Amino acid sequence: MKRKYYAIPYTVWMLVLIVAPMLLILYYAFTGQADGVFTLENIRAALDPLYLKVLGRSVWLALIATVICFALGYPIAYILSRMSGRKAAILSMLFIVPMWMNFLLRTYAWMTLLDTNGLINQLVTSLGMKRLQLMNTQGAVVVGMVYNYLPFMILPIYNILQKMPRSNIEAAQDLGANGFQVFTRVVFPLSLPGVISGITMVFVPTITTFAISRLLGGSQFMLYGDLIETQFISIGQANGGWNVGAALSCIMMVLVLLCMAVTNRFDKGGEGGTLL
Amino acid sequence: MSKKKYGALKTFFIVLMLIFMYAPIIVLIFYSFNESRTMANWGGFSLKWYAALLKDRDIMEALKVTLSVAVLSSLAATVLGTTAAIGINSMKKRSRSLIMSATNLPVINPDLVTGVSLMFMFSLLAVPQGYTRLLLAHITFNIPYVILSVLPKLRQTSDLYYEAALDLGATPSYALRKVILPQIMPGILSGAILAFTLSLDDFVVSFFAQQGAQNLSIYIYALARRGINPKINALSAILFVVVLTLLLTVNLMGGRDSEEYKQARRLKAERKAQKRARKAR
Repeated sequence: MKRKYYAIPYTVWMLVLIVAPMLLILYYAFTGQADGVFTLENIRAALDPLYLKVLGRSVWLALIATVICFALGYPIAYILSRMSGRKAAILSMLFIVPMWMNFLLRTYAWMTLLDTNGLINQLVTSLGMKRLQLMNTQGAVVVGMVYNYLPFMILPIYNILQKMPRSNIEAAQDLGANGFQVFTRVVFPLSLPGVISGITMVFVPTITTFAISRLLGGSQFMLYGDLIETQFISIGQANGGWNVGAALSCIMMVLVLLCMAVTNRFDKGGEGGTLL
Repeated sequence: MSKKKYGALKTFFIVLMLIFMYAPIIVLIFYSFNESRTMANWGGFSLKWYAALLKDRDIMEALKVTLSVAVLSSLAATVLGTTAAIGINSMKKRSRSLIMSATNLPVINPDLVTGVSLMFMFSLLAVPQGYTRLLLAHITFNIPYVILSVLPKLRQTSDLYYEAALDLGATPSYALRKVILPQIMPGILSGAILAFTLSLDDFVVSFFAQQGAQNLSIYIYALARRGINPKINALSAILFVVVLTLLLTVNLMGGRDSEEYKQARRLKAERKAQKRARKAR
């Protein structure tokens, strides 16, 4: 048997459960619920100003979360990469361990901290101050996003910084660069592929999340993911929810692909983040 | 800034970030031992939420579903993904890049889109709702990760050994099993582990694709939307300990094989020998 035939079972699987389902999204987005005839009605419904506002909020919150993840993650990755092998290995593992807990449990954990009776408020009241409204705020949603996806920012940057030869830095120092210049002219530019993959690994899931916003943001802060969920689960197939939901999914897919296209232009080395 | 101050600042920052990562989990675990139902007061140490957890049929059922889907889907994905990678590796460039771009779809697509697309397909094919859908969905999003971790290992293997085996009279499938497979084993294993953990962790794809069977994520989502529940705390504590032990064992096992570890062992032994020699003198 020729070796390339080994890929046949997977190819069939892929066509049925990866490629065809994608085409189905397009089909539902561009056909009417009742008659299955081509229409742009769903797309028009998905571009409703109210929905666009939600999209704007999702992009905004995802951007904030990504920026915070970068501002915290880069220094962590940098410090870890400068440590001795054993210490760095242990510390980087410590940053990964929480990621292995169930995603919903990680989000739930913040409910116990931010709750009106939660730990932070207990501290606040024991200091004689008034209770803070922490849950059901945009801040809570952003904290949840940062907490869940920070390791995805640290890892790719750490991987690339760790592999960077020390001789690069030494050469820059020999040529008279000070510490700041070494970082801005040599280290940071060389770590860009890691930064880019970190940004995509944080931005894409945060822009599409719906559990975080539901659990930490209550119902006030609907995100694009919530909108899609409502279309599919609450409104349902019979009321055209599948069609509008498919259209919303298409818009989100286009947005994500655009982001990836922009970031891929920087990421020439194709340095993906590894989880293990 | 002096070097010492800078070093202290670095340590402070790392410690602060570790607190950020672990505080929620520790608080969660701490309150799982709380006698009282609310977090407002500490009612004393108690294991009653653990007892309640073990008695909760729904949670146990969800746990069973999650574990069995994780095991079955990662096994199936490993077999399918490894054979696929072997096939893809020997393809011509055009068909290979065609297959790989489809393979990358679930990786780059938002989970939500993957989940929704599978929901459409399952209802079109009238796949029975619940467990079957959940399992098929998990196999589907796991295969690409297995392929992506096996393919690089395949690229590193040289065809020379394989051809040598054929020259010595091995059949192609025998040579594949005895020559290629051992060489790509690390890739297969890390793919399998990755698939297993992705399956355990998944919420979004399951949420849309399954309709019926509840895995742990879906169950926790439903429960947590109604507010804080000490049973979830107990569950988190158990899961955290299990994950931590698993991770530590895997890492210690992996560490034992690594060159660095061997070298460290050798150094330690040498130092011990020197010490003994000095004492003897």
